[in-house]
Parts: sequence; structure tokens; C-alpha cells
Amino acid sequence: MKNDREVDLPEIGALGLARFAWRQLTSMRTALILLMLLAIASIPGSLLPQRNQNPMAVREYFATDPTLAKWIDRLSGFDVFSAPWFSAIYILLFISLIGCVLPRTIEHLKLVRAKPPVTPKNLEKLQGYTIVKGDGDELARAHEFFKKNHFRIREQAGSISAEKGYFRESGNLLFHLSLILILVGVSIGSLFGMRGDAIIVTGERFINLATSYDSLTYGKLTNEKSLNTFSIRLNEFVAKYDPITNTPLDYSAFVTTEDEEGNLEERVIKVNSPLTFRSSRVYLQANGYAPVVTVRDEVGNVNFQGPVTFLPQDSNLRSIGSIKVPEASPQIGFVSSFVPTYQRDPQAGAVSVYPELLKPRLLFSIWEGDLGLDTGVPQSIYTIDTTEMTRIALDSLAPGERFNFTGGSITFEKVEPWINLAVVRDPGKSYSLIGGILALAGLLASLFGFRRRIWIRIRTDGQVEIAGLAKNNSAALDLQLENFVRFVKGEK
Amino acid sequence: MTQTTWAYLSNNFVYSAMGVFALSFLVHAFETAWAVKVPAGGTDLQKMDYTKAEKAARIGTSLMILAFLLLLLGVIARGLANGHVPWGNMYEFSITGALAFTGAYLIALRKHDLRWLGLFISLAALLTLGTAITLLYRDSAPLVPALKSTWLIIHVVAAIISGGVFLLSNVIAGAYLYLDSRERGAGRPAWATRLPALEVLDQLSYRLVAFVFPLWTFSVIAGAIWAESAWGRYWGWDPKETWAFITWVAYAAYLHARVTIGWKGRRAAWLCLFAGSTFLFNYVYVNVWGTGKHTYSGL
Repeated sequence: MKNDREVDLPEIGALGLARFAWRQLTSMRTALILLMLLAIASIPGSLLPQRNQNPMAVREYFATDPTLAKWIDRLSGFDVFSAPWFSAIYILLFISLIGCVLPRTIEHLKLVRAKPPVTPKNLEKLQGYTIVKGDGDELARAHEFFKKNHFRIREQAGSISAEKGYFRESGNLLFHLSLILILVGVSIGSLFGMRGDAIIVTGERFINLATSYDSLTYGKLTNEKSLNTFSIRLNEFVAKYDPITNTPLDYSAFVTTEDEEGNLEERVIKVNSPLTFRSSRVYLQANGYAPVVTVRDEVGNVNFQGPVTFLPQDSNLRSIGSIKVPEASPQIGFVSSFVPTYQRDPQAGAVSVYPELLKPRLLFSIWEGDLGLDTGVPQSIYTIDTTEMTRIALDSLAPGERFNFTGGSITFEKVEPWINLAVVRDPGKSYSLIGGILALAGLLASLFGFRRRIWIRIRTDGQVEIAGLAKNNSAALDLQLENFVRFVKGEK
Repeated sequence: MTQTTWAYLSNNFVYSAMGVFALSFLVHAFETAWAVKVPAGGTDLQKMDYTKAEKAARIGTSLMILAFLLLLLGVIARGLANGHVPWGNMYEFSITGALAFTGAYLIALRKHDLRWLGLFISLAALLTLGTAITLLYRDSAPLVPALKSTWLIIHVVAAIISGGVFLLSNVIAGAYLYLDSRERGAGRPAWATRLPALEVLDQLSYRLVAFVFPLWTFSVIAGAIWAESAWGRYWGWDPKETWAFITWVAYAAYLHARVTIGWKGRRAAWLCLFAGSTFLFNYVYVNVWGTGKHTYSGL
């Protein structure tokens, strides 16, 4: 006996503890605390820069205060929405939700199939108690009323009980189950989705291969084999601006696309109208200017030729960029800025006063030495690390002009616009959308549906008793009881 | 008429609305004052003569309706000046928000006698419009390409109406907390004796939230659908999205606390205030100091 106990007790204890923990987790109070925690835990995600949205700002954070940044990073402060503590909160919340909703769903399904309860003995104390003089047809008329209004009914000798409004609980359950569907959609998207960015200059063609991207991220369970075949050639990019306020009015990228079957098609990509290739969608995300330059050595051999994408800095598209010529010896770099409509400002120097190409000008300083391209450290394509270099000249050019420096020349040929395309595949999004719509429908049903019972009984003296019971919204029941009494009396 | 004339007209309507809100504020102040005035011969509240206060309340409400209509014309004229719906920058959001807020009050007035709130509502509208026209004013401008979508109308209308009702519910929750603390202390001040019972305020504040929460949910979903077609993802934890989520979760917690656990009164009112302040924070902080994809053209 004693031995048995010693063996058994811990087991029961563990089971009991598990049951206790489960009951605690699925209690409404815990769910409420988790909900508030979720709200509070999201706050740092909006106050601190987030790595997946603004990696540059995170780097700046590290540069200005390395110690603080390191600690924030240890607490996943720069990746709040994928942080373990954030995941813990929402996973617990969803477990709690499932633990709460599933038993209720089963209960509800049973209830929906059950008949309404028997008419209580004493109706007097219930809502809207009314006595009507009977003529014998009341039950038939009541039956007709209940049928017409979709009540569930139970017929008894001399009385009917009717119930309606399971809608409310159905909506409530639908709402919570739909939230699970949204979470499933989000998970599918992050496991099987992909997103990539590519810059293409006018005249260039983008082919959907991993190597064509400037940046590309996959979901955990997918890879570059999932990229479908298509290509996009940028024929022309047109940006329209308001001449008074300089605000952009319209961006249109005129492209020729080629799909898997080799069908060529002329299409337009705009900011709110992406292209679709099977499960992938292509979005117009950004644009800028790419000066086309030719760099020659002192005997006239071409060391570099082509468009260089510059990064816009303000709404008038003053842009910065760098032209790197590793083929020259010693290596040459042009630290540059480009303005589409040039004006000289006494304080700021060269500024752009309009985003269109009215008076384009390329400004640069020429540096000679080691570009540092072989160090293995990834470099920005827009800047040059000039620590190992010396400045040899400084000038600016309009399109078609040439500048000669010791060791060679640079010609500013023309300017072409570039666009940034984002290619996105999210196989989970339709689940999330359906989840969202169902959640909304469930929410409306649960907030505006109301559950009520109505009883009618013919007393032995021939008088008819009517009464009701509302789980919520008793004002609406009053109204319905009024109609019901009128109907039963035959007044309609 | 040219677009510039429409823009001037819009500004004049907004200024006129401010003038009438100010008048409404003054009249409501008199209403409150007359409600406090104690008649000669004692402080028996039953015997007090409220006819003057009642008259003032009626005038105050009429002025409020007039101000609402003027502001409505101002918003419409702004839209005509723009050649698109007037929701392109924070100035336009603010004047439309003030419109939604006073509109929610006037609609609620049809069912409940909330005229005692008139003093506060007219002041809040006045301050919002004052801030908008002095600090946030931007010349009428065309929409940037990212905003050119039917979803702008759907998403923003739903968000602005939700905001107006959330704030009204917050004002009532605030009034609840004030009166509750007074009742537990020295008792209601004289001017507040005629205000509704605490239970009525409590219930009203809850009803407003329950009514508008699905609309807020819809606004978030509509925003997500739009984000998918404009930015290539339906949810990206952009600061605006994050705060919209926080507001949604906070109000969800509020509704659960009330419906399932049965919170009432003080605790529920505090939770309501917290949820409402996340909405306000989202509007002010993210638009003015925030970064991310919801910031367009200055403010």
C-alpha cells in the first residue's frame, strides 16, 4: 500500500498540475492579461527602428550608442515581431483561445440540435407577461408566427416554447475560429512566401532568377526553385509632377512582359496596380535617376561605360551615387551627386528645385587610390570609402559634356530613369483575407444578434398566457412580444 | 469656380465653423452656469428653476448643428479644391475628424440627452480646428500616387468614423471617472446634479464601443487589402499598422472584460480610456514624429 502511494501520488500530482495549468491558461482572466500584454509588447516595435523595415536606421542606432543598441538587440528590440517573447505571448494567447473556443463549439453544436426547454410552470414573473382572451386558434397562429420568424419550437400539450438567436454564439465562435485562420494564413506566407527587390534602368530586362535580385528573402520552407519564369523589360518610365507643389501625380512604368509560354505583352505598372504572374505579383516601389557615363583612360580606352543608379535624397530628387572604376590603375572613384533641375544655393550648394529633368547636372569629386573592393567587406553601391584614396579633382557636368583629369576623362552621356520592382509571392494571403472577412461577419453577428425565448400556453380556463425571456437586448424582445401578441390575437 | 476659389471658400467655411463652435461653447457655458445658480430661499434642488438652462442647452445644440453643417461644407469645398477626397494630409484628416466627432455627438443626442457634454465637445472641436488651421495647414495639393485608390475612401472613412465614436466614448468614460470620484468624495458638484446616473454613462460608453468596434475591424481589414495592392504585403508592422493593431487589441480586451468577465464602472472606464488614447497616440505621434509608409507629403 505504502509503496503504491509513493508511486502514484506524483503522477496524479503532475496530471492535476497540468489540468490546473490548462484551466488557468484557458480562463478568461488569463486571456485578458495576454491580450493586454500583446498590445503592450507591440509598442517597442513602433518606437524602435525594426530591422526588416529600416535596417539603415538600426545601423545608425548601433553607430550612435553601441552599448545601448547591443542590449536592445539582445532583447530582440530591433526584431520585436519575431522576438521569442512576442511569439510566446501570441502562441499562449492562441492556445488559450483554442482551449476556450473548442469546448464551447462542441457545446454549441449540441445546443443547436436540442429542442428549446419545456414551458415553465409560472410565466407570470417572466418578461412581457400578457393574458389574452382565447378563441381556440391561438396555438396554430403562434405556430405560424414562430415558423415565419425562424424560431426553433417545442410543441407540448396546450403550449409551445420557442427559441431563437443561437446566431449570437455562432457568430462569437466564428469570430474566434477565423482569427486562427488568419494566423494560419500568416504562417503559410512566412514559410512558403518570398520577396525580392530589383532595380532596373530604362531599356534593361529583368528575368525572374535569384541572381537578378538586389535583395531576396525566402520563407523557411522554400527556395529559389520556386521562382516562376517571367521577364519584364522596362521600355519607358514616366513620372508626372504637379508644377505648383512639386508633388508626384503619377508614376507609370511601360513594360514588355514575357510569361512562361513565351507570350509577349505590353503592360503598365503603377503604384496601386501591380502585375500578376501566376502566384507572384510585381510592384512598382521606388524610382530615381541613373546618369549614363563613360570613363576613359588617358589614351582613350573605355574603362567603364553605362548607367549608374543614384539614390534620391529629397522630394526634388537630388540624388547621391558613386561611380567606381576598378579597371583603372590606380583605381578611380567618383563621389557624386545628381540634380535633375540644378540651382545654386548660397548655403546648401547644388540643390534640385524640381524633380523632372529640366536642367540636369552631375557633380563629382574624383578620388584616386584603393577602392577597397577586395577586402570582402560588403560595400554600399552609393558611397565610396575614401580613407585609402586622395582627391585629385572636383567638377560638374551637363549631359553631353566631358571633363579631362590627369589619367583620363569622364563623359556624362545622358540620364535614364530607374525603377525598383518588388516581386512578392504570398501563398497564405487568401487564407488571411477569408479569415478577416469571416471574423468581421462573426463579430457583427455576435454583437448584434440576440437570443430570446417566447412561450405561449392555453390555460384550462381558456385564457392564453404569453411571456418571453431575453439573454440580452430585452428592449428588442419587448418589441417582438408586442408583434407576437397582436398576431396571436389575429390582428396581424 | 476655380480650384483656388474652392480652397478659399473651404477655409472660410472652416473659420465660420470655428466661430459658431465658439458661440456654442459660450452658450453651453451659460447653460452650465444657470444650472448651478441656486434659487433664493434655499438649496432644495427639486425646487430649482431650470428653464433658463434648458433654453441655453437648446440654443447651444442648434449652434452646434450649424457649426457641423458649416464644417461639412468646408470639408466638401476642400475636396472640390483638391479634385479628390480631402484626406491627403493631416490638416484634412483633422477637419474631417472634428466633423466625425461632432457628428457622432449629434447622432448620439437623438437617443440620449448628452447636452451637458456640449461644453466639452464644442471646446474639443474648436481646439482641433484651431490646431489644424494654424499648425497643420497645407495648401490644397494633388494626391501622391500611393494614395490614388478607391481604398482611400473606404479605409479612411471607416477609420475616421471609428475615431470619432471612440473619442466620444472616451469623453463619456472620462466624465464617468470624474463624477464617480466626486460621488465617492464630496458628492456631485451643483452643476452636475442633473447629469445622468453613473450606470447610464457606463452603459453608454460601452455601447458606443461595441457599435463601432466592427467598423474599426473593417477599417483595419480594408487597410490590409489596400496595403497588399500598394506595397506588396498586407501587414508589415509599419508604425501606423502597429498602433492600429494595439488599438484593436485594447478594445478587444475591453469588450471581453465587460462581456465575459463582467467588468463595469471604474475599471472598465480606465481600460476604455487606455484603448482610446492608443488611437489618439497613433494619430498624433505617428503622423507627426513617426516614420514609415503612412507619412506623406510633410504632414
